[in-house]
Amino acid sequence: MTRRPVDTGAPDRLYTVTGGRSRADDSFDLVTLVVAECGPTAGMQSEHVRILDLCRHPTAVVELAAELALPITVVRILLGDLLATGSITARHPRLGQTAASHPDTALLQEVLHGLRNL
Amino acid sequence: MDSATSDPTASAATHTAAEALAPSGRTPLTDAAETGLKIVVVGGFGVGKTTLVRSVSEIRPLNTEEVMTQAGVGVDETGSVTAKTTTTVAFDFGRISLNERMVLYLFGAPGQERFWFLWDRLFSGTLGAVVLVDTRRMDDSWYAIDRLEHHRTPFVVAVNRFDDDTARHSLDEIRLALALPDQVPLVDCDARVRTSGKNVLVTLVDHLYKLALAQESAS
Repeated sequence: MTRRPVDTGAPDRLYTVTGGRSRADDSFDLVTLVVAECGPTAGMQSEHVRILDLCRHPTAVVELAAELALPITVVRILLGDLLATGSITARHPRLGQTAASHPDTALLQEVLHGLRNL
Repeated sequence: MDSATSDPTASAATHTAAEALAPSGRTPLTDAAETGLKIVVVGGFGVGKTTLVRSVSEIRPLNTEEVMTQAGVGVDETGSVTAKTTTTVAFDFGRISLNERMVLYLFGAPGQERFWFLWDRLFSGTLGAVVLVDTRRMDDSWYAIDRLEHHRTPFVVAVNRFDDDTARHSLDEIRLALALPDQVPLVDCDARVRTSGKNVLVTLVDHLYKLALAQESAS
């Protein structure tokens, strides 16, 4: 696989995309599944349009970042915008972002079952 | 999907398969998908992380990056970094739909130092990790194992057997060399082979299951 650099050494580009913001919505995990609740509207920022297009089916944050060729933090910021306007919903992972939450045996059994059936 | 691929045949095959499913060339998840899970593969450069991810993934591995800009500099543990530094960490990932509702993401993450300060932000809530080892460059694995223990992330160690590895150290020798505790599973694998990669993942989740079982019966 050939690497396609996301950071082209032009951070200005990323600040333009986010309107100068660098703090992201922390609630979006790498594997949070995002679903569009509506189509793009006129005058919407092109990155927002692309996200809504990609999220017609559930799509993980990390897949959005790869498809948009944008760093994770930038995608989180954009998703925060869409969440605030109700344009998307988010299906967060059951395992929280704290180290304290361990997977239970029922969940792991389901994962094992899925892997063995590959 | 980007057109930059080193393997034209694989690209053509992916394209044909994906064409029927999504106009963008992506293979979407089912609409019932609700739970995302993570497993991280760590190891030194060239040890075969992407190869392992590719062999078990249902999509061609994608790559993405996280950039630490000035807003996050305080999190950097290196101490020598001055303000306004930008650090970029790239990682590959693949995907396995376990059933209609659950989807497992596999991340190939670099083992080097600058990556680990992003661990909590990127990989908290991960089920566990696979440390991929090349016996010709065992030193690369030390640091990864040390950091995983520090982050209390359960892991297994998989030795990627390269064809041109003439030494063929036994698993016992490798366990000793890595000072690996007995309870940490250690397995051979060929990262190129799907059944072998699958076996590594099953070994990890089986290990996690036993840990969870012990914890549940203790509480």
